[in-house]
Amino acid sequence: MSVFDQTDSESIPSPEMPYMTHMTHNTLPLLNEVRHALKRLVRTGESTIIDLRAIPFGPGDEEHLLDLLGQGEVMATLDALGKTTVKESRFSGVWIVDHYNSEAERIAFQIEVIEIPELLRAQADDMYESLEKLDTVLDVEMHRPE
Amino acid sequence: MAEKSTLGDSLRRHGVSRRGFLKFCTATASLMALPPTMVPAIAAALEKAKRPSVIWLSFQECTGCTESLTRSHSPSVESLIFDHISLDYHHTLQAAAGEAAEAAREAAMHENKGKYILVVDGSIPLGDPGYSTIAGISNLQMLEETAKDAAAIVAVGTCAAFGGLPQANPNPTGAVSVSDIITDKPIINVSGCPPIPTVITGVLAHFLTFGSIPELDQYNRPKVFYGQSIHDRCYRRPFYDKGLFAETFDDEGAKAGWCLYKLGCKGPMTYNACATTKWNQGTSWPVESGHGCLGCSEPRFWDAGGFYNALSVPISDNSQTVAFAAAAGLALGAAAAGLNYKKKDEARKAHGTVTIDDLEKSS
Repeated sequence: MSVFDQTDSESIPSPEMPYMTHMTHNTLPLLNEVRHALKRLVRTGESTIIDLRAIPFGPGDEEHLLDLLGQGEVMATLDALGKTTVKESRFSGVWIVDHYNSEAERIAFQIEVIEIPELLRAQADDMYESLEKLDTVLDVEMHRPE
Repeated sequence: MAEKSTLGDSLRRHGVSRRGFLKFCTATASLMALPPTMVPAIAAALEKAKRPSVIWLSFQECTGCTESLTRSHSPSVESLIFDHISLDYHHTLQAAAGEAAEAAREAAMHENKGKYILVVDGSIPLGDPGYSTIAGISNLQMLEETAKDAAAIVAVGTCAAFGGLPQANPNPTGAVSVSDIITDKPIINVSGCPPIPTVITGVLAHFLTFGSIPELDQYNRPKVFYGQSIHDRCYRRPFYDKGLFAETFDDEGAKAGWCLYKLGCKGPMTYNACATTKWNQGTSWPVESGHGCLGCSEPRFWDAGGFYNALSVPISDNSQTVAFAAAAGLALGAAAAGLNYKKKDEARKAHGTVTIDDLEKSS
């Protein structure tokens, strides 16, 4: 039996949860969707982004989901048009990306099943601009009088 | 006034980096209820998007729709979109009044002929135009002359979309909707009393991004927001499927979060985004607060029977149909929903108008 034939249900612990678990009907279906997405990523390299603001979460659903996903090795903070946190879950390749605006209000909340979230990559246009900036810095430094 | 620069130029002038732009596009996709896979297409379109002129007309309305939008804490994404839209006329918000305000409207219409977006909130009184006039101009006349050269019309709120409360029986003003009058322009109905603010901005963002109107349902509402019923997206739906219903607003079932169907929730016949988008920065929504959906985004919701009577069931048949739905589970629940649709018109006739007695009896 390969990893793809197993169900994750047995490997997920059942921690003591302080919220009303009888209300969190959408957590496990969503976790199953994440599992399918991760399987697709491993098999075909195809990434998936799930917009959590489009999911009808009930009271406790979000907390339950984040609790089950846990915290992995990587955590990054982006400061552009407000704060964005990018956290790897305890499942490698499953990232929790939480976008806020400059007033600290959430504007998007996603699970990305991908090797590395696109937002963390250096952007091509920015790199071209950086090359020009570096040239300028070098030019100034090289012609600076002794 | 509308200008030639693109949104990409505008964002760069605001010092927004490419990462920031990507984040902006991600949030815009989420705002428009589009899948995240659309982000690259949105980025390409927004980069070239031109600043459109918007004329906002308010007729027989309570200003709740404008309040919904302007009290929505103006998160940055929506602010950026609104910074990029040239709101050339909104007589509730603008400082000018009377002839000066009308001159601004006429100037915007002339300079952006065939390109501006017309937003309307409120219904139009046809019975007696004197019920609502602006600068001595009847609502009908103002709508007809402003719609003439509009690229598209957005009817914001149930009053503009379907007649709303002013049209409720006995409709003293002879109120009608925008689409009852204007038939030769694309009309997007953003219904709700009021509509969810992010739905209003989402529709405007769609027009700004793609220069076209989104896919619409049978009532000309954007399918991305109105494509599924409240019931189908409700987190309490599993209780409905199991036949677990709150009987009163303070019984054990209500405390356990059971389905509010028996307490008059109109979720099964109501199409809106409340269950996912929610209200007050995603804090909650009526059903999560313990109250059934009123069906405010549907035509004639005010006259569709008591808010606390179970849906689509003549009062005399109430127990039978609820028992049917309770026993049936998912498959038969769907069948019951079909039954609800079929009987909607006759049920509406059988319902009485809601009274204080109804409220006291049910609560």
